[in-house]
Amino acid sequence: MSTQPIIVSASPHVHSDRTSKKLMYDVVIALIPAFIVSIYVFGIGALIVTSVAVISCLLFEYLIQKYLLKTAVTITDGSALITGILLAFNLPSNLPVWMIIVGSLVAIGVAKSSFGGLGFNVFNPALVGRVFLLVSFPVQMTLWPTAIVNNSTVVDAVTGATPLGVIKEGLQYGETITQMSTKIPSIIDMLLGFTGGSLGEMSALALLIGGIFLIVRKVISWHIPVIMLATIMLMTGIYWFIDPEHYANPLIHILSGGAILGAFFMATDLVTSPMTKKGMVIFAIGIGIITVVIRLFGAYPEGVSFAILIMNAFVPLINKYFKPRRFGSKIKAKIV
Amino acid sequence: MLKTFPKGGIHPPENKITSTKSIKRMPTPKVVYVPISQHIGIPAEITVNVKDKVEIGQVIAKSSGFVSSNIHSPVSGTVTKLDKIIDTSGYKKQCIVIRTDIKDESNFEDIEYPLKKDISLEPKDILQKINESGIVGLGGATFPSHVKLSIKEGAKLDCLIINGVECEPYLTADHRLMLEKAEEIIVGIKILMFALHIDKAIIGIENNKKDAIEVFKNLIINEKSIKVAALKVKYPQGGEKQLVRAILNREVPKNGLPLDVGVIVHNVGTIFAIYQAIQHNKPLTERVVTVTGKKLENASNYWVKIGTPIKDLVDEVGGLPEGTRKIVNGGPMMGKAIKNMDVPVTKGTSGILVIHEDEASRGEQKNCIRCGECVDVCPMGLEPHLLMNLTEKGKYDDASNEDIMTCIECGSCSFVCPSHRPLLDYIRFGKHIVKKLNTAKN
Amino acid sequence: MTNSVLYSVLLLSSLGGIAAIILYVVSKKFYVYENPLIGEVEDILPSANCGGCGSPGCKAFAEKLVNYEDISSLFCPVGGNEAMKLISVALGKEVAEKDPTVAVVRCQGSCDVRPKTTEYQGPKSCAISAMIYSGETDCQFGCLGDGDCVSVCKFDAMFMDESTGLPIIITDKCTSCGACVDACPRNIIEMRPRHKKDLKIFVGCLNEDKGGIAKKACEVACIGCSKCEDICPKGAVTMADNLAYIDPVTCTLCRKCVDVCPTHSIIETNFPPRKVKKVETEVKANIESVKLNADA
Repeated sequence: MSTQPIIVSASPHVHSDRTSKKLMYDVVIALIPAFIVSIYVFGIGALIVTSVAVISCLLFEYLIQKYLLKTAVTITDGSALITGILLAFNLPSNLPVWMIIVGSLVAIGVAKSSFGGLGFNVFNPALVGRVFLLVSFPVQMTLWPTAIVNNSTVVDAVTGATPLGVIKEGLQYGETITQMSTKIPSIIDMLLGFTGGSLGEMSALALLIGGIFLIVRKVISWHIPVIMLATIMLMTGIYWFIDPEHYANPLIHILSGGAILGAFFMATDLVTSPMTKKGMVIFAIGIGIITVVIRLFGAYPEGVSFAILIMNAFVPLINKYFKPRRFGSKIKAKIV
Repeated sequence: MLKTFPKGGIHPPENKITSTKSIKRMPTPKVVYVPISQHIGIPAEITVNVKDKVEIGQVIAKSSGFVSSNIHSPVSGTVTKLDKIIDTSGYKKQCIVIRTDIKDESNFEDIEYPLKKDISLEPKDILQKINESGIVGLGGATFPSHVKLSIKEGAKLDCLIINGVECEPYLTADHRLMLEKAEEIIVGIKILMFALHIDKAIIGIENNKKDAIEVFKNLIINEKSIKVAALKVKYPQGGEKQLVRAILNREVPKNGLPLDVGVIVHNVGTIFAIYQAIQHNKPLTERVVTVTGKKLENASNYWVKIGTPIKDLVDEVGGLPEGTRKIVNGGPMMGKAIKNMDVPVTKGTSGILVIHEDEASRGEQKNCIRCGECVDVCPMGLEPHLLMNLTEKGKYDDASNEDIMTCIECGSCSFVCPSHRPLLDYIRFGKHIVKKLNTAKN
Repeated sequence: MTNSVLYSVLLLSSLGGIAAIILYVVSKKFYVYENPLIGEVEDILPSANCGGCGSPGCKAFAEKLVNYEDISSLFCPVGGNEAMKLISVALGKEVAEKDPTVAVVRCQGSCDVRPKTTEYQGPKSCAISAMIYSGETDCQFGCLGDGDCVSVCKFDAMFMDESTGLPIIITDKCTSCGACVDACPRNIIEMRPRHKKDLKIFVGCLNEDKGGIAKKACEVACIGCSKCEDICPKGAVTMADNLAYIDPVTCTLCRKCVDVCPTHSIIETNFPPRKVKKVETEVKANIESVKLNADA
């Protein structure tokens, strides 16, 4: 017999081999395709933004846990890493470094640590950081560098707006969608990622590959992304069907403006999404509706971030009112 | 499509290492330690004194109430002590220590009774006999069987379900019993059907025991009233409520019993014990125990006398392997880790699991990341993360309102939690307190 | 410009006025009469809301004190006799007088004398580990060492000694509210009278096992040898289930039992170091002063 005393603990005595760390690193792996595309499209800028965001997120997490909260340091669990990557993916690739650092501080310090750290934050930290930067520095945050590689010939050489931005602006000047058609990148370009936008949000294809990887690995369930995208498509589809001259094609809505990134990676954030499948459906529909409302009738051309943050606030309520059905709760059994 | 219960459930690695090992007879130990509380309910009353000679099958502790059970001597020998020793509960409990009489041949004889099919007793006598024979639920819950079978006048009962699911990983005791004693089990089922006036019985077996399903299917070709249901492999299908839902699609109401939907569920081991008691007048003094573990060389299934110290069992399979850090009485999902090797086998011991240090330690507890896995796998539709949280904060009333008492303690939530949170530990504690508060209220 | 200023001033002040009227009406309409004595008594009470009196808080206790005819069964252990006397004056009712008590830990099974035979893994809570089994050592009566008592103490009067794994009570801070007594699943903590200079003698063991088994599990266990019972001149020691218990009322703190205990399981606290002969007189003096105290 071994020299160490035997262990006594309560059942169960076995555990599945899934750990929260593995879940986190699965998400990191799923983000790699989109990261590669962004480097290909935006070049060194993408790399700089991402590494600055990741390093500063990890650093802030370490400093806060070690010196402010004086708790165990858990930067290796991968959650700060994901926050960093997701924050970077939501920023233009030419954003000044100090702004990225400020964004990271808000994401980790305000959105995460002040709520109690991993698992206690109400709002998605990366999105809080992004929205903070967007409202503080609207000019820098909405001037997107053009893709280095670009099949379309239309886009302004130095800075360009996102497709949805172009449409919104065009509509304000009274142009119709057909008149603008030359300014909007093709669906194929948007699918592959050769368009303006934040560095991680443009390549729908790469994000889809990552998203499907996550669903296959059962890190996320299909409910939130599928239902959220379906809601956006349905609502924009109805408007497009009624008036195609003033409302863009639903495919444009799905493929641009971070809808895919939001659907697969931000809305599905385990901590800030509902626990039950029923709740997830409500949550996803809510995000879809708010996104479309902001995009079509709001001041911002894109609304995924705001929509997710707004629905994050409803998660505790959703958890409270959409509980799983208790076994045996229909008292009238089938036998009479 | 195989039947199963719809909500929740997990599929832990099966590790049924001993499923091909036929049941051997464990040599009679020199000393047996027979606890007087081997069942749920009131402990039995000791009826023997120190230095008394006892025979195999003699009552040594008498049932002391309705929810209680007789205890019979598993060996012939002399009572040496009435002592307190640590049992599975982890506490010292009263037990009867009997030194085996080595001269007595019957201690070592391998008694094999011939199959006896005719039922000679009347229904009333059958129930009485089951009560006298000290039979309890051998699936692990150890609820006295006669209590389960005492059906109130007017209760509608139309189906007997035989639980041959054995959804716990590692354990194969029921599986081997079904293979080796199938005919006896069929007779046992008929006895119960006769005693309870039911004309329908279904044997539920998970699909990882295809051979057992086959054996029973061949045996019941000419039987109209008995059926075999092959079930999808999913834990915790062996739970009564889940099994009834899986086989009959009936949902036992909250805080109710299978009887409320006209069903009674018995484990195959219990059925075999009933067969032996009724047909061969043999009380419950031994049971099948799976002795298993990944590092154990001769893991196998044994007929073991009640009261045999676990040490003897482990020695029989070649002693504890190097690096053993945990010994579990029962299966890995619901069994109890024991404190030392002197703990005796009781009526509820379905297996002894020896766990190597690689797998013995719990993972480090992390923050809940609210992934909702526990909610997904809970077969009772509860929210384990919430119940743990409420218990931790001492909000027992809220926990009670969240149906903490309906938890069947299957451990699926703790099994899947990626943050290694001790969900079930807290829920069990919460249940304990809520139960205490409820009794205080009444 | 002036208009908008005017409008907003008007609007806000009228809103304020309406709100004031509503508040006034509501406060008149829903006014609940409360006996002013309750507030007065509550001020005397220590506002610790510890629950030591059996009521959920000081306010509830004050209500009880004011409303009940006979309050001799009620006592605030935190405020002690002083507070109760003030309450007696305020309410004009008879109050009970109790000797001040203090919590003591009746287990000495530190890591070095009570070897660990198993390792417990699970939530760090005595109540939960007690549900699973009898603890990491072979003694099923002693301290589990997970500190439930420390976490319920509202007065910071307890802490876990890392070196021994046992809780320690800071007697100066202990208010004898009894929270730790209730929290301990092993009933190790007992309220004993707080003698002068905090002198206490008690059996630091609860092991009911037979001597040999108890001693094997823990070096300082009470083995039930009855030597203390035999030597006690006042008959304060009683034996039950292989265990000695010293009755705090009859004990005169003579320390004879401490000397005869073969396993040193009887604890004495705050006595001056023993000096040959001289001790006797000092103890006598102490006892006398205690007696005087009690008489007064």
